[in-house]
Amino acid sequence: MQRYYFDHNATTPVSPEVLQAMLPALTDAFGNPSSIHHYGQTARAKLDHARRQIAALLNCSDNEIVFTSGGTESDNLAILGTGGHVITTSIEHPAVLAAADLLPVTKVAVDASGVADPGAIRRAIRPDTRLISVMHVNNELGTIQPVEEIGRIAREAGVVFHSDGIQAAGKLPIDVRAMNADLYSISGHKIYAPKGTAALFIRKGLELHPQMHGGSHESRLRAGTQNVAGAVALGAAAQWITEHAAAGWPDLAALRDRLEQGILARVGDAHVNALGSPRTPNVTNIRFDGLDSEALLIALDLRGFAVSSGSACSSGKQDPSPVLLAIGLTRAQAKSSIRFSLGRSNDAAQVDALIEAVAESVAHLRKLAPAYA
Amino acid sequence: MPENTIAVAMSGGVDSSVVAGMLRERGEQVVGMTMQLWNQRRLPELIPEGGSTGRCCSLDDVYDARHVAQILGIPYYVLNFEDQFEEQVVRPFAAEYLAGRTPIPCTLCNNFIKFDRFLEMAEGVGAGRMATGHYAIVNWNDSTGRWELRRSADRAKDQTYFLFGLTQDQLARTLFPLGAMEKSAVRELARRLGIPTAAKPDSQEICFVPNGDYAAFIEAYFREQGVAPSETQGELVTTDGRVVGEHSGVHHFTVGQRRGLGVAAGEPLYVISTEPASKRVVIGRSGDLQRATMHAGGVNWISIAAPKEPVRAEVKIRNKHQAAAATIFPTADASRVEVRFDDPQRAVTPGQGAVFYSGELVLGGGWID
Repeated sequence: MQRYYFDHNATTPVSPEVLQAMLPALTDAFGNPSSIHHYGQTARAKLDHARRQIAALLNCSDNEIVFTSGGTESDNLAILGTGGHVITTSIEHPAVLAAADLLPVTKVAVDASGVADPGAIRRAIRPDTRLISVMHVNNELGTIQPVEEIGRIAREAGVVFHSDGIQAAGKLPIDVRAMNADLYSISGHKIYAPKGTAALFIRKGLELHPQMHGGSHESRLRAGTQNVAGAVALGAAAQWITEHAAAGWPDLAALRDRLEQGILARVGDAHVNALGSPRTPNVTNIRFDGLDSEALLIALDLRGFAVSSGSACSSGKQDPSPVLLAIGLTRAQAKSSIRFSLGRSNDAAQVDALIEAVAESVAHLRKLAPAYA
Repeated sequence: MPENTIAVAMSGGVDSSVVAGMLRERGEQVVGMTMQLWNQRRLPELIPEGGSTGRCCSLDDVYDARHVAQILGIPYYVLNFEDQFEEQVVRPFAAEYLAGRTPIPCTLCNNFIKFDRFLEMAEGVGAGRMATGHYAIVNWNDSTGRWELRRSADRAKDQTYFLFGLTQDQLARTLFPLGAMEKSAVRELARRLGIPTAAKPDSQEICFVPNGDYAAFIEAYFREQGVAPSETQGELVTTDGRVVGEHSGVHHFTVGQRRGLGVAAGEPLYVISTEPASKRVVIGRSGDLQRATMHAGGVNWISIAAPKEPVRAEVKIRNKHQAAAATIFPTADASRVEVRFDDPQRAVTPGQGAVFYSGELVLGGGWID
């Protein structure tokens, strides 16, 4: 069966250039970057090169990048490493929300636009507020948050600003200086590097409490021998993005619009969630009234199309997407929504095939209504 | 996705695993699906010391089912039906006990979840038929123009008692590939197919009651719901109305029960009936348990159309009961029948199923009043 991947917000394949860059770090440059000898120095050189590549992507200095094991660890280190009262939003990833729940926290509500209101965040600031954590791009809706304005508010209030940029990297330009970020998380597997490799930008001068206890790696902020090959992969992925940003971003927006318009034209009672809000070019989250998204997801998978209902981290749970509930969808609406996220391998022919499969599957499922109502 | 794809309801046990393997070996398009029905961690006080083992819907079972699907190379999904299961099986189960009846949740699950929600999901995703590891036989009878349900070849494993609610439409889309097989042959086939659960013990009792203690489950469930189980403590009375003691709640008792009465007598005493309205539990001698007639409601006819005239049948009044010869009389209400046994039967229990057999054939069944 011909298979098509439309779930790039869940994860991406490792790209050929990333794989090519990381392989030598598994074999020839296998040394421990903390070792004094030649092997250690070779590994250290690769690690530091990767750090510079990532710094270039984020517009920061290389000594402001700490490697971690994943986006969740980056977010946890940023939040728990800062501590104090935290302000965040109701549409954050669980890696942020669950960490913030360990601290005194205010979760600012977000309306149907899927975009946080900076004014509401400003009003939530208390004397003991230490941190504002707002994602750059929402993982389920693709909505872009007003991070520059929130960064300004944080700066004026003397509060640390963290942004989870895991769904932003590779989809829109990132400038941690322009957004006044003190902390910024990115993850490898959303940008064509492997799983298990990520980084946290930590503004120079900001003191964080390490969350891993052990050796003095990563400026004492993240104990544990570095995953050199993973870091190299993340660096190569960052470099690819930097280079292609200069040459113009890949035109996923046109494909996404083709998909959205195609589905809306073929399928009745379908609505784009957070339509009209600024969104990254690769995502659309569509609600099919009266339909069970679990059934549609399986039906599409059995026809060869991989899509998602909500965040992959929540699958297997009965509860509908907390993000969709947070922006005011009813339980039934949230459970009838599907996320399509495009990536480098998709083309117009694939999008057209997807539109056809969605139209047929929805028609078939709706024929079995009212059980799906 | 061709319409002839078969969705196999995989529990993680050996039977449904073998079904998936058999169909796959036969060259069928197979998709495996496990129903997540109940979260065992919801009522942690019920989990026995050392953790519950081999219970339905545990993570272990999903792991086993997924492992089998991986070995067979078939697509596999977990379907979350927890809401529907609670609504249509668990809550009625608890309510029935409080109403002084002894329910069969497996039949409710078959009627409302497995052969309804699951079948509907299968059809929705493009699988025209479903298969399960039930021990029963379905076949089409050309002369009656009906789908028939028959007892399985392995009489000890026969599960037709729990399937009396199946409609013609459901039977038309259902496969029971193990119906003609002995359990030992199923285990043997599991080994040959390389299914790792070949030696897994059969599931017992009711899947969502982790330690078999229904009363404790019902109490814990109502506590969790923030509803105190209605005061069901009351008097133990004899058949002639003598109060002989107190009891701790009608949901602790089922007709024919001998244990836990706490009354000393010269001869064995049994629960004859429970009366939720007066909160009384009536106890008596073995002979008091005999009934020659009973009524059943919610009757579903399977292998024959609803009869207009009395029908001779062997009637089973609980899973382990030896079906007894009886005549079934239709009543003015087509969903209800009166059953007159040739010989009185012991412990006819309201809430249990009455299943009507004619030899191997399941004619139909209903719920004992």
